[in-house]
Amino acid sequence: MEPVRGQRITVEVNGERHERDVEARRLLVHFLRDDLDLTGTHVGCDTGNCGACTVILNGVAIKSCMLLAVQADGTSVETVEGLSPDGELHPLQEAFSSFHALQCGYCTPGMLMSAKHLLDHNPEPTEGEIRRAIQGNICRCTGYVNIVEAIASAAKGGRR
Amino acid sequence: MSETTVTPDQPITVEREETAPGFIGVNVPRKEDKRLVQGEGVFVDDVKRHGMAYVHFVRSPYAHAAISRIDVSKAMAREGVYGTLIGEEVAAETDPFFQIAPPPAGELKDYALAVGRVRHVGEPVVAVAAASRELARDAAELVEVDYEPLEPVLDPEHAADPGAPQLHDEAPSNTIWQGNFDYGDYDAALAEADKVVRIKRLHFHRFSSTPLETSGAVVEYNRGTGQWTIHSNNQFPGFAIIMMAPALKVGMDKLRFVSQDIGGGFGNKICTHVQLVAMCLLARKLNRAVNWTEWRTDQHTANSHGNERVFLDVEVPVKADGTMLGFKARAIDDCGAFTRYEPLGCIIWAQVTPGVYRWRNVRLDFTQVCTNKSPCGPNRGYSRMQHLWFTERVMDIVAQELGADPVEIRKRNYIRADEMPYETPNGCVYDSGDYARCLDEALELIDYGSIDEKRRDAESRGKLLGVGIGSTLDSGTNNFGQSTIVNPELQFSGNNEVATVKLDIFGEVVVTLGTTPQGQSHETTAAQVVADILKVSPEDVNVRAGHDSYWNSHAGFSGTYASQFAVTGLGAVKGATEMLAEEIKKIGSVVLGADSPDDVELEGGFVRRKDNPEAALPFMACGAIVNANNAVLPLEYRDITLNCRYVYVPPHQLPDKERKYGNLTLTYANQIHACVVEVDPETGVYEIVDYGAVDDCGVRINPLIVEGQVHGAAAQSIGAATHETFPYDEDGNLLTPNFYDYHVPHALDMPPLKTTSIESPSPFTPLGAKGMGEGGGAGISAVGSALQDALRGSGKPVVTNSSNPYHRVWELLRNPEESRALVEVEER
Repeated sequence: MEPVRGQRITVEVNGERHERDVEARRLLVHFLRDDLDLTGTHVGCDTGNCGACTVILNGVAIKSCMLLAVQADGTSVETVEGLSPDGELHPLQEAFSSFHALQCGYCTPGMLMSAKHLLDHNPEPTEGEIRRAIQGNICRCTGYVNIVEAIASAAKGGRR
Repeated sequence: MSETTVTPDQPITVEREETAPGFIGVNVPRKEDKRLVQGEGVFVDDVKRHGMAYVHFVRSPYAHAAISRIDVSKAMAREGVYGTLIGEEVAAETDPFFQIAPPPAGELKDYALAVGRVRHVGEPVVAVAAASRELARDAAELVEVDYEPLEPVLDPEHAADPGAPQLHDEAPSNTIWQGNFDYGDYDAALAEADKVVRIKRLHFHRFSSTPLETSGAVVEYNRGTGQWTIHSNNQFPGFAIIMMAPALKVGMDKLRFVSQDIGGGFGNKICTHVQLVAMCLLARKLNRAVNWTEWRTDQHTANSHGNERVFLDVEVPVKADGTMLGFKARAIDDCGAFTRYEPLGCIIWAQVTPGVYRWRNVRLDFTQVCTNKSPCGPNRGYSRMQHLWFTERVMDIVAQELGADPVEIRKRNYIRADEMPYETPNGCVYDSGDYARCLDEALELIDYGSIDEKRRDAESRGKLLGVGIGSTLDSGTNNFGQSTIVNPELQFSGNNEVATVKLDIFGEVVVTLGTTPQGQSHETTAAQVVADILKVSPEDVNVRAGHDSYWNSHAGFSGTYASQFAVTGLGAVKGATEMLAEEIKKIGSVVLGADSPDDVELEGGFVRRKDNPEAALPFMACGAIVNANNAVLPLEYRDITLNCRYVYVPPHQLPDKERKYGNLTLTYANQIHACVVEVDPETGVYEIVDYGAVDDCGVRINPLIVEGQVHGAAAQSIGAATHETFPYDEDGNLLTPNFYDYHVPHALDMPPLKTTSIESPSPFTPLGAKGMGEGGGAGISAVGSALQDALRGSGKPVVTNSSNPYHRVWELLRNPEESRALVEVEER
């Protein structure tokens, strides 16, 4: 019997429903980037280590390079593009900018999604909890110093 | 050859003007952030074109082999495959890349794909283009390549041995370059010494900054005009175009380089011209746009590594009071399989010959060899990092062997603030700095005053505590004339960068840069400089994002590399903005009926008469008059365009090639780092429990941005010191080809980073600023220094390697004698 090589999937991304035929082996990250043209989610390592592709799937922060698009069938996905739907920056986005928590900006979308997942579940995290929450996200520019501060500040409503 | 020109007694000094309170020195929010935090940046893999092909490289599984057969027919038969490219076609259609090395090694052949032979695991052999990423990868597996394996050269210290296999027929003994550097009077220093410390071997390891975004390109070919548009993340288009145009046998203007956002570079994205030529050939052959996005493993196995370097037979003459008179050593540098940016590293280290120390007598025999490993290239701190690590290791080993205090002996040997500008034994001029003060500040950050107490506390917990110090001289705005020291036939010297600033028809200020930023915030700092001159807000200044060589804002050395934007880039911005300000004033004076441009001033987006501020002309009217209503202007004002282009050229001179002498760079930012480690004596596992970094880069245009660079560079050096390494097995396979095996610091790995800064303005630059992106090397020294200090009660082992993962510390603890055997002290 020929194996199934593709499937029609329905995924809700940032509140919008998308129906697409995808190859069975298509990674979720490539589905988002190439099929839906949501290029804010990045690829950095191909092995699930760097977290640049982090999105929130059914309320859980996941690495979208570690999931097939067909596995996301019927789920609801939030990407960085969903953080500021009406153009007004999310408090985390504001804090990342005001604390200079990004330089090249390549890790930033994944970092923001991990941070959002943290604050959604733990609105008042300690520094250790923040560091643990972003442990799966590699940044090569900042040494994480300002990222940790920005997340802490966003948790406190923008205060230092 | 022409006569050499010797540098003048004192370099040309740029007058510093008093700047009114403005935006320079202020933490202006970054212009780049709004798009980047929303995922609306445009990185290279975000660029899409209709019918675009995806390219996958078939790469060598062997470190060294002859290619006996390539068959792409099965791949071509696969549906969705558009075409392939093999070495034979590359050799027919392109010339080998220009080589910086002098003959004989300078005659080696480097092409976009392997031709007849592979020289490292991961070397591109065949390119396959197909309708999707997945198809390209599938088809690549169908390409058949037959190899005849050859013995690889893997140990740089034995690469030049008689009988060693040869990588390149043109490079006998696998030697790329060799030169002797002899400054001061080393023999006299040796005779004068009270003690001589000898170190048999110090080793600086291979690693790289591994930018999170891998290399890539989307290349389009325009058949009608013969022009390529290269959307890429190459960070030094000036260099890439010089390499690519002759290889492709076209004029430089046929290569249009475009980039917007780049996901980190750190030097590792300078040498992608090789793959870009393969993309150009494919785009032309297939007549369609082609995308190449490097896989992580490809970046690790076949991109730019930082050079490995070994220092042998080190000799340090020391006076009884701890004054070191200089050093002698043999350095062997490994550049990997090809010489893409090399052998420039053989001279670039000499920008910092004595490090931060007053060492006047230096004798260094420097050899660069090739091996069957990934090619090397610039990596944050390029070539100076290896050498500065060597100077700091020498300092700590001498201190330990002489029983001297590592802080006191440093201060005794540091170049002093009152000696600035300081000329080094090889004619470089350190512009400004106060190393002793930076050290004091760094020690303050780690609370050095109570270190004995902390040591006792650690002991009570069964831990060994150690304190370490390191330094970086972040030399920037380099003088490409130094290339003539490695190859006297080269016709490169000086440096330049360009910017254009214009006032558009509706009064908008628009700035274009020649640079290719990868996180360095050029849009923001350029706007700060423009705002101060035009007396507007940075928000009113529109700095175009990214780079396009067709903007006419591209000079021979354009790019973002080698710590220079604050000098060259902002120097160009300042020059162009001042030109524009003069033009606006001229128009304003005519329209407002003032006697001369000196009678008007700029303020808040208006030109105003000084004697009557009510008489004001908005910028919008200026832009409109010149661009769309110029018949109102007197004839003598019709040459005003309000579109000003300025090329900043630093005051460099040609170095003396024979003596290898001269000023090789313009500025010297510096950092002093201090750290505290706690080592578990049973396992060698250690933790960095405190860390302080002090930066001095002269005038800081935007302190928050500077501090961000300090944080990042420190993190990279902590990674390099602890876990990041590119080791190879005996067959030449890289053992750390992905982020599973190549462990970069995560948020939990990082110690608390404490930073502070002092400002010693550069007397030689337009804004008193210095480039400062490469400050991290200090951390590699500081961690090694702290480990040696922590282990001194455990048999006094000597740290001789820049890479110190836990198992190496355990080895030092278990067998201190092994490292001690590398050091001896001769008492006179």
